[in-house]
Order: sequence, then structure tokens, then C-alpha cells
Amino acid sequence: MKSLKAQNHPLSDTQYELQLLESQETGIPFSEKLAESGLYPLVPTQIEILQINLGKMCNQVCKHCHVDAGPDRKEIMNQETMMECLEVISKHDIGTIDLTGGAPEMNPHFRWFVEEIRRIKPDAKIIVRCNLTIILANPKFHDLPEFFKNHQIEVVSSLPYFTAIKTDSQRGEGVFEKSIKALQMLNAAGYGQENSGLMLNLVYNPAGAFLPGSQEGLEAEFKRRLGSQYSISFNSLFTITNLPISRFLEYLLRSGNYQSYMEKLIEAYNPIAAANVMCRNTISVGWDGYLYDCDFNQMLELRVSCTTSQHIKDWSLESLNNREIVINQHCYGCTAGAGSSCGGATA
Amino acid sequence: MKTYYDPEDLKKFGKIGEFQKSMADKFFAYYGEVFKEGALTAREKSLIALAVAHAIQCPYCIDAYTVDSMEKGCDEEQMMEAVHVAAAIRGGASLVHSTQMMNKVKEISI
Ligand code: SF4
Ligand code: SF4
Repeated sequence: MKSLKAQNHPLSDTQYELQLLESQETGIPFSEKLAESGLYPLVPTQIEILQINLGKMCNQVCKHCHVDAGPDRKEIMNQETMMECLEVISKHDIGTIDLTGGAPEMNPHFRWFVEEIRRIKPDAKIIVRCNLTIILANPKFHDLPEFFKNHQIEVVSSLPYFTAIKTDSQRGEGVFEKSIKALQMLNAAGYGQENSGLMLNLVYNPAGAFLPGSQEGLEAEFKRRLGSQYSISFNSLFTITNLPISRFLEYLLRSGNYQSYMEKLIEAYNPIAAANVMCRNTISVGWDGYLYDCDFNQMLELRVSCTTSQHIKDWSLESLNNREIVINQHCYGCTAGAGSSCGGATA
Repeated sequence: MKTYYDPEDLKKFGKIGEFQKSMADKFFAYYGEVFKEGALTAREKSLIALAVAHAIQCPYCIDAYTVDSMEKGCDEEQMMEAVHVAAAIRGGASLVHSTQMMNKVKEISI
């Protein structure tokens, strides 16, 4: 499977994607819903998390990927931009650095970058969104669990289900088996084990056009099944709703589920989740250094609204704190039901 | 085309109070209570609902509890097993009555 970009698919054009989202038949504008909850215009609370996208390159081509990542994507962050990020991290009180991709580990400067962050911020929480299979993709990645451990990294990994059929249908043939092996390697390094302090969190997102159920219930089920069948332990399960953009949007349209999925998201709008959307305490940095309200806006090329601080090299905490968050219909994905963010449910 | 069952009607379920409010309110409060996490998990209740939906052959409930079971993390195999439970009970319920037939046959036969 190729990325939408490599296929030259119309949905790889973000303008087209946005037009489609806005022209939806039954779509109550997201701004109206926010206004009803007294949240419009949407503004930040305080920037606590810097989420850095190290590139769109990935060893997998998952069907729902909102990054449209894959081996054919060559956009990755260079060292100069990483240095600009380090400058911001060293100067500001940002407690969490969240590294994502693609597969962030495929960036040749990944380890150097992690080491530098740890050096300048010994107490920061550093998260790596590791897709698991990368650990087994090449011998040079086999020691990643040790590397993560040595730098006290929190590992967050996707596993859409505890069976092979469902996982592979979303993430690709053979992904489940490799993910299980990688989880066992992480466990062997101490990850997800009681009192080790090494956090291993899993991400569940529905394998289709439906919403995630209760995070608590799914976590219990995942723990039971992964524990009894594969002796795997982990800390928490984060449930994440699939947002109607990029490859998941392509799936929705192709399968005839788009309209009903949007209706479902709108119907499940939860004002408590809306007050807790992650863009209120996060800034997302693109592979080329541009700044976004979140990873989804990044993929839709909707840059932060404050024109004086659109790139990491022009970082101004004051203008970013005073900005208005850019919203559109895809935002309904963050406010449906128990809410959804990179850290799971929000309500 | 006019049909007796229209999937769109499922969305109107919540509006049955339009003709009789107090009973509808009581029903929905009860319904909500039943499906809460309790001695049985919400997931187990969803699978029971799916099986019952097949037993009573309600197309609305089949749609609703297929989605609900999937949301609660059930997979296809578990859902099909739940339907087999319904089928076994339905089939068994017919077959167990054959004892009455057998009794009658024996009663009236030489
Ligand atoms: S979802 Fe993650 S692992 Fe899958 S293609 Fe996208 S970036 Fe890669
Ligand atoms: S999609 Fe991004 S901007 Fe929209 S609500 Fe979610 S986090 Fe905020």
C-alpha cells in the first residue's frame, strides 16, 4: 500500500480535504457547538506540552493514519530545526516533550535529539510514540528498549486490538505478531512492570467507523487478554477516536460511512471534552519547524493563527498564549463521547 | 420505497415520549440504569443485548448492539458466539416442547 501522496490521491490535497469537511450536508459548524458551550473562540490555557513530529517516514502504512505516513514519505526534521526546538525547550517551562512521526526513530538524528533533550531538561517527561514494529524492523533498532530505558522515556504505542486479525487489518499483515514481540522486549527491559518507573502505555483506536468505548472497560479487557495470552503487562490504555482526515477520511468515503460517522461525532458532542481538548495545552511542531495547534491541524496544514510566531525559530510564548485556536469540522473527533486526545479520553 | 423498517427511525427512538412522556422518561431512566457497569460489565451486557436482539429479531436492536459491542471491544467471534447462544436457546425452546408432543403421542397410541 502506498501513501495517498504517492498515489496522487485528491485527498492528499489539504484544501480539498477542508472543502469536503466544510461542505458536509448535516454539519452544524463546530464553532457553533463551541459557542453553545461558552468556548468560542477557543483559546489556550497554558502551553505544557511540545509535540514534535520528527517526520512522515514510517515502516508501516496503516489504513487509518492521519499523517499519511509510510516508507515512501521522505519529509523528516533536520538537525537545524531540532536545534531550534532545543532552544525553545531550554528557555521555557515546558514539562512534556512528545516525539511523534511517522516512526520518529527512523529520523537519523533521533537518538542525538533525545539525548540533548534529556541533557537540557533532566526532569522533563519525554514521550516517544513508538509503533512497536520498528524495534524489529532492522538490527540497528533492536536496542531501542534499552535506549528508551537509559533516558527514562515514556513509551506510547498503538495496538488497536488484542487479536491478529483486527490489528493486521488496520496496521498491515504481520504487524500484530511483531508488536507482541516488541512489547515483550519492552517488558523485559522493565517497561510496564510494577515499580520500575518505566511507563508503557498503549493506544487503542477503533478499527472502523465507530467510536471507542469506555477507556476503563477496554483497558481491563486488554490487560486481561494480553496478560493471559502473551504475558504482557502495560500501564494504561489510551482510547483515541479516529478523526475524519487523511487516510481515515479516505476509508470513510470509500466505504460509504462518511455521513453517518460525522453525524455520530456531532451527536456525541460533549462540552466537558470540548473544554479539555489537547490543543489548549499543546503546541505541535511540524517536520519543517512550522507550528500548529495540534497534530491534526498540522496534517491539514492549518498553522497557528498568530502570524508573528508561526515557526519554531520565531517562537513567542506570549503570542502563542494569546492566539485563537484554528478549528474546523474534524475537531468533532476530539469532543465526541468521553473525548479524545493523544493522552486518551478527556472527559 | 416505503418499508416497515427504516434505519433512520432508530434515531427517533428517544422521541417516543412525544405521545406519552412520563412512561417514556421512566423507561429511558430504567434502560440507562440496566446498561450501566454493574455486577456484569457493560461489555457483557452489550453481548447479552446483541443475543436478545437476534432472538426477538429486532433490526434496530441488531444494528445498535452490533455497533455497541464493537465499541466495547468485542470481536466478530465473540459476537457470533453470542448469536449462537440465542439460536441454541431458541432452537432448544422449540425442541424441549417436543417432549409434550411425545407425551401426547404416547398417550393416544396403542
Ligand atoms: S499510524 Fe503510526 S505506525 Fe501507522 S503509518 Fe501512521 S505513523 Fe506509521
Ligand atoms: S482537532 Fe486539534 S484543534 Fe481541533 S479540537 Fe482537536 S486538538 Fe483542538
